[in-house]
Amino acid sequence: MRHLLSAGDLDHDTALLVLDTAEQMAATQQREIKKLPTLRGRTVVNLFFEDSTRTRISFEAAAKRLSADVINFSAKGSSLAKGESLKDTALTLQAMGADAVVIRHQASGAPHRLATAGWVHGCVVNAGDGTHEHPTQALLDAVTMRHHLVGMRRPGAAAGRDLAGRRVLIVGDVLHSRVARSNVLLLHTLGADVTLVAPPTLLPVGVDSWPCATSYDLDASLPGADAVMMLRVQAERMHAAYFPSAREYSRRYGLDARRLRLLDEHTIVMHPGPMNRGLEISADAADCARSTIVEQVGNGVSVRMAVLYLLLAGSADEGIR
Amino acid sequence: MTTYVLRGVRPLGADPTDLLLRDGTIADVGPGLAADGAVLVDGTGLVALPGFVDLHTHLREPGREDAETVASGTRAAAAGGFTAVHAMANTEPVADTAGVVEQVWRLGREAAWVDVHPVGAVTVGLAGERLAELGAMADSAARVRVFSDDGHCVADAVLMRRALEYVKAFDGVIAQHAQEPRLTHGAQMHEGELSAVLGLAGWPAVAEEAIVARDVLLAQHVGSRLHVCHVSSAGSVEILRWAKARGVAVTAEVTPHHLLLTHDLVRGYDPRLKVNPPLRTADDVAALRGALADGTIDAVATDHAPHTSEDKDCEWQAAAMGMTGLETALSVVQEAMVETGLLDWAGVADRMSTRPARIGRLAEHGQPLLAGSPATLTLVDPAARWDVDPAVMATASRNTPFAGRRMHGRVVATFLRGRPTLLDGRLQDATAQGAGGAR
Repeated sequence: MRHLLSAGDLDHDTALLVLDTAEQMAATQQREIKKLPTLRGRTVVNLFFEDSTRTRISFEAAAKRLSADVINFSAKGSSLAKGESLKDTALTLQAMGADAVVIRHQASGAPHRLATAGWVHGCVVNAGDGTHEHPTQALLDAVTMRHHLVGMRRPGAAAGRDLAGRRVLIVGDVLHSRVARSNVLLLHTLGADVTLVAPPTLLPVGVDSWPCATSYDLDASLPGADAVMMLRVQAERMHAAYFPSAREYSRRYGLDARRLRLLDEHTIVMHPGPMNRGLEISADAADCARSTIVEQVGNGVSVRMAVLYLLLAGSADEGIR
Repeated sequence: MTTYVLRGVRPLGADPTDLLLRDGTIADVGPGLAADGAVLVDGTGLVALPGFVDLHTHLREPGREDAETVASGTRAAAAGGFTAVHAMANTEPVADTAGVVEQVWRLGREAAWVDVHPVGAVTVGLAGERLAELGAMADSAARVRVFSDDGHCVADAVLMRRALEYVKAFDGVIAQHAQEPRLTHGAQMHEGELSAVLGLAGWPAVAEEAIVARDVLLAQHVGSRLHVCHVSSAGSVEILRWAKARGVAVTAEVTPHHLLLTHDLVRGYDPRLKVNPPLRTADDVAALRGALADGTIDAVATDHAPHTSEDKDCEWQAAAMGMTGLETALSVVQEAMVETGLLDWAGVADRMSTRPARIGRLAEHGQPLLAGSPATLTLVDPAARWDVDPAVMATASRNTPFAGRRMHGRVVATFLRGRPTLLDGRLQDATAQGAGGAR
């Protein structure tokens, strides 16, 4: 693995390796001293062109717990606000000797461009690009699902198990969701059966070629699901005729108390955050015992530790002791 | 003026013969021609075609001389075998007054590489709100006959109707950039399976087809001439075929890149492939080739759109739309149309010269290669193979989608009214020739 640009870059074995490594990382985080010396002397740049405090802090914590030097570069208050291009920013980072660049950008494909245009030599990690992908989110979601639906790697086993046969619903604004795209690709690789549930306006033209099913009917889809992932509905969709009103959206596609009762006992409720409580998810659902929303955040740090570790330090078993 | 004998060339691909160019005219056609003091050009293996006429060229001057100037763009045109170009109106200031079109026309005359025919804007500032002074541009020294808001669609149906009607007074034509603006807000690439995967906002073919359908009906209703710019979809082809069968006075053009490239290439997010209308599917390419072959699409037009590297060497979404095309057009047409058996060289002459000249009402271009015609022609070596190196092209910009690609066939000479602008594959400066011939 040279870069992590798309969840589709991960084949089955590599995806499992990341999940297993993330679990090892999580185990080290139970210790009193959480810091590992693994990436001492390496520099990780968090290059955030879009506000995302949660993701940036998660990557920052991950890099620091591996003892890397972390530079946070955000568009606000930097030369980017004065019109400096992605290229010049990248050349600057290259000159400073970045070993890995974690990039969040509003333009789909910007991480791909950064990795292939020859501007930087380090590893590039996509921390969310436009409406394209958010692969570390999909990985942390997979860790969460595996924990609840499959179980951890058994001691002595060569590798943990995948998500074969697990039924996952992804509900909401698929059209604009990088989380949905990465999850569909990764969950398919891991053997899960994915159904996207959304109003037809929020499914992209061409979705029928994706390795998943689609439905317009949430109530009919809920029974039998092992995991229900609710996607955030952005405020700017409200006035672009994707749906008539927030209330109608909530009635047809929101996860509320009534729909919670349609779920099987073991079904988990997920959300990548930040939530619009009362719109796509009610407080009942967000705060219920089956909700993994807070756990997802915690898994984000160990997954990002695993990704940075595998990109910068190589194979899995050395160094995590 | 130097006299030339083009020896052993194949006019429109027919049997080899000689052409005698004297005083700006084809003086004679036949085997074994000679003339005192004539420069002999060995034309063995070369196909002679009337000089190409581009209906759709962005020369960027005035305003964006960092991307292209009239001089650099017309050098590129001459290198590509063109003898006339229509310079699009989306300059800064916009070519929406007699003053601006005359300026562009004059710059073209001074550069003297090809005849530059400015296209006038349909609406003031390309804003789509009120008609520009179309009559003043038609009556100016630039004698504008083609009007277009290219880059923007004349989306308002009433405004489009009025424009179509109004230009009848001076035999003008409205060249429509067919793009329903609301359906393409923020659009980045062809809407389909790949746009869904790449997370790029889609540019659906229906946004073009809806406007083409509306406009052919409008043109029929008011009895006006309509020209459709850069047709990109199979659906548009069907509508055009239907309209032509009904006798609507509609013509259409296709770009070389839409004849060869598909949206699959966007997978790597390389902004050099970002263009408007976008690259579409292989089925669309096949339909466009078929339409150009059967004449449903009348002309190849380059939509040569030079951009600075600042506007292209960036992330996809920030990149400008467009690609250069003048110097690669003939090669693409040879590969996509001639080598596939869809067009013979007479067909190439028709689609790249005769018909576009007729659409633009250019009397001196697109003429048959016969004695008495203007000596405005192009020599093509179909056997040549060359690799595109953006650094050595005549255009001032480097945004060709064909960088590194091996091209089929090459323009080796271009004559504009008897004067070579390109000879032996080398551009010929007009001022140097004034001093003593083309060498």
